[in-house]
Amino acid sequence: MAVPPEAAEQAAESHESAASAPKPHVKRDQVVIRFAGDSGDGMQLTGMQFTSESALAGNDIATLPDYPAEIRAPQGTLAGVSGFQLNFSSNEVFTPGDEPNVLVAMNPAALRTNIGDLQPNAVIIVDREAFNESNIKRAGYTSNPLTDHSLDKFQLIEVDVSKLTSLAVHGLGLNNRAAFRCRNMFVLGMLSWLFQRPIDNTITSLKSRFKKTPELIEANIRVLTAGYNYGETTEMFASSYEVPAARIAPGLYRNITGNSATALGFVAAAVKAGRPLFLGSYPITPASDILHDLAGYKNFPIYTFQAEDEIAGVCSAIGAAFGGAIAITTTSGPGMNLKGEAIGLAMKVELPMVITDVQRAGPSTGMPTKPEQADLLQAMYGRHGEAPVPIIAASTPADCFDCAYEAVRIAVKYMTPVILLTDGQLANGAEPWLLPDPDKLAPIKVEFATNPEGFLPYARDAETLSRPWAVPGTKGLEHRIGGLSGENLTGNVSHSPANNELMVRTRARKVAGIAREIPPTGVFGDASGDLVVLGWGSTYGPIREAVKRVRANGKKVSHVHLRYLNPLPGDLSETLKRFKQVMVAEMNMGQLLKLVRAEYLIDAFGFNKIQGRPFKVSEIENRINQVLEG
Amino acid sequence: MATVLNRKDFVSDQEVRWCPGCGDYAILAAVQKTMPEFGIAPENTVFISGIGCSSRFPYYMNTYGFHTIHGRAPAIATGLKISRPDLDVWVVTGDGDGLSIGGNHLIHTLRRNVDIKILLFNNRIYGLTKGQYSPTSEVGKITKSTPSGSIDYPFNPITVALGTHGTFVARSIDIEQKHLGEMLKRAHAHRGTSFIEILQNCSIFNDGAFNDVSDKALKADHQLVLEHGKPLIFGKNRDMGIRMNGMRPEAVQLGATVTEKDLVVHDETNLSLAFMLGHFEAPLPTPVGVFYAVSQPTYDGAVNQQLVDAKAKNGAGDLRELLSRGDSWTVN
Repeated sequence: MAVPPEAAEQAAESHESAASAPKPHVKRDQVVIRFAGDSGDGMQLTGMQFTSESALAGNDIATLPDYPAEIRAPQGTLAGVSGFQLNFSSNEVFTPGDEPNVLVAMNPAALRTNIGDLQPNAVIIVDREAFNESNIKRAGYTSNPLTDHSLDKFQLIEVDVSKLTSLAVHGLGLNNRAAFRCRNMFVLGMLSWLFQRPIDNTITSLKSRFKKTPELIEANIRVLTAGYNYGETTEMFASSYEVPAARIAPGLYRNITGNSATALGFVAAAVKAGRPLFLGSYPITPASDILHDLAGYKNFPIYTFQAEDEIAGVCSAIGAAFGGAIAITTTSGPGMNLKGEAIGLAMKVELPMVITDVQRAGPSTGMPTKPEQADLLQAMYGRHGEAPVPIIAASTPADCFDCAYEAVRIAVKYMTPVILLTDGQLANGAEPWLLPDPDKLAPIKVEFATNPEGFLPYARDAETLSRPWAVPGTKGLEHRIGGLSGENLTGNVSHSPANNELMVRTRARKVAGIAREIPPTGVFGDASGDLVVLGWGSTYGPIREAVKRVRANGKKVSHVHLRYLNPLPGDLSETLKRFKQVMVAEMNMGQLLKLVRAEYLIDAFGFNKIQGRPFKVSEIENRINQVLEG
Repeated sequence: MATVLNRKDFVSDQEVRWCPGCGDYAILAAVQKTMPEFGIAPENTVFISGIGCSSRFPYYMNTYGFHTIHGRAPAIATGLKISRPDLDVWVVTGDGDGLSIGGNHLIHTLRRNVDIKILLFNNRIYGLTKGQYSPTSEVGKITKSTPSGSIDYPFNPITVALGTHGTFVARSIDIEQKHLGEMLKRAHAHRGTSFIEILQNCSIFNDGAFNDVSDKALKADHQLVLEHGKPLIFGKNRDMGIRMNGMRPEAVQLGATVTEKDLVVHDETNLSLAFMLGHFEAPLPTPVGVFYAVSQPTYDGAVNQQLVDAKAKNGAGDLRELLSRGDSWTVN
């Protein structure tokens, strides 16, 4: 489309005329924004960049990306809608928010997919030009929602995003397609103005992102600025909003996703252990970012091996563990299935390693980009024979750091594989992270066996029952290990029935003994009462917020959230039994529920959701109220 | 300095438990006899195996050993070699372990050229599970699982390895101690994945599988010993040779009309020739020796070089710096 140069200048510079009369700021405590568009519209980037701006502005935040499994589903279709939700607040934030108060919809499909989630009277910002006949039809609308009054209960703001974008980049020689792809920056600029976020940081990040294509730096900055100025100038926004900084603990913060935090937790553990880190992995959604991150930290030193399949991923890690590395593998549900046999081997030969399962909605291929918590029983029991493995679960994106670190610490101390459970929501969700002081992290002691005198590969530490880590290259300690039943102390092949039982029971006692060092179970709320909501993993946020709300109404409800799932904390039984009722909220059909019922003979009941979506706070809150009303 | 090693340094205290007459005894003897010549101490040597008769091998070597799970030895060895390039890593596998359940790991290890030595004992049968046909069993083979005869077309381990562009591909025979020893030495000297198919007799389930090349009376006429730079000659009286007839190889009688000059000269660096030899079937003789050997950077070498380069470029990893990377802000 040919654009007169005057119009371009107008779009880019119109702020100057309006700058003299700034609009008022309206204070808000909390805002939930959802960006939605085609999966090629750059909504994830827009959302993440707005998140950074908000974090830098001092808000507490939580995010939830929601994108389709298809990389680029046909344009304009419901299947191709990609979303990114951000909750930013001047108070403590536990979840990405139930119902957005602002929706950015880049096309009719994005509007249609997300409209049902909005708060009444929410602000909807649309790219008017994207609501053309063919897009409207492709989204399954029979009439144009912008004109048929179906949006009357919302505050609809129609902006000619596409046109203003092309005006802003006029003269840069960009083709239509490249220009169109800058639309997301217009929206980002506009929202940055609307919520009074400085855009300097975004400009810096655009410069580094498009380092190799300077023309795109210029284009994106122009569009971003044009969007910002448009917000100030246009009469559609009567005011801008201000969400003041939250009061959070002092210190140095950065914004972090669960996958990045997991990767950093492993790096920190390897550094503290004084050993190289080895990751053997096969790409799988939503775990691959851990591989990507670690591949960039080679100088630590870190080995990342993209294996030929999931099995080779875990097996290469076992080989590295045999050689004395801090060995890890990363995967999601389908890969966990494939790794089962190898995890059993690592458990039996007693080599330390961490298997990270970034859970996604199953069964089978399921919904690869959506979270679920249905791999718990697989982690517990998904191996043949008696093959107990410690399990740790992270509860927030930043908690992934601590859990990854703790998983390595336990693996090395007890010479055992450890399973770390996270999920797709934690993996891609982000929150501010108070940076830990590396000097204050718990020590991770690695002591290889070196003394050949009386060396026995399966002699055990009296307290931990851990065996020595005797790595190849150590003179006089040559020995053979393997999956066949092994004789006590020597590990030599043995088919003695009594010896087999002794070894099975010894390994089980070793894992059970880890309970000794699990800290006392924390209870949010009173130590006893009418109801305790028990959870693990990413349900932390919605459970905590729901329990806070019902407690504010005087209800005797508490929250217990587990990090250690195998072994369970030694005081869990008595902790739960102090409540009249125990409700286990999980994104599965009741897996932790089965475990606590079986372990403690508690008549707990479940509250479950298996939709590939996290609980809403309101869902848990309503359920708690129903339960209390009997 | 280095003490002189001998065979006993590589013999473990475990009782060897293969069936009487099993070809694996001969292979174990050849390996234990040859290892001292490498001058690498037992503690720096690791044998890794999968599952199957051959995979019991590590228990009998007084080195570090790991008897793992079915088919996965190359993957475990890869992880070890990448992170511990100082070690001498060997994989022992069989036709079922390496070519069936573990086929994927075998081809990718060869493709990457990880510096490990793979010994594939090929007896063309599943022994440990008591006699089912294997991926190298001949069509029509009657076994417990194929009472009407096997209908699978077999793999040829040599051409599979060549197909991955493996950088060292050889074949030997269990009872040919001298030749096997030579092949082990060549394999060990090679930097990169060395692959030796060792034709091995299973006295219980596939006795005489390779009689034509191992039987004293027959072998001279059926074995073609490959030697780099030398013409392809075989036969009891060394009077048979391989000549090209157009694009096809043929066995010819040397004499007045056909002389050594007419024969194909073996070239270990010629992949096409290696493929051709790999495909030899009766009435052509069975080649043994090094089919293909070329020098190429190893995977583990390149991985470790990347680590060295990253450190040279960015300095040693600094945890504090890494944690605070990206946009950070201070809350007072």
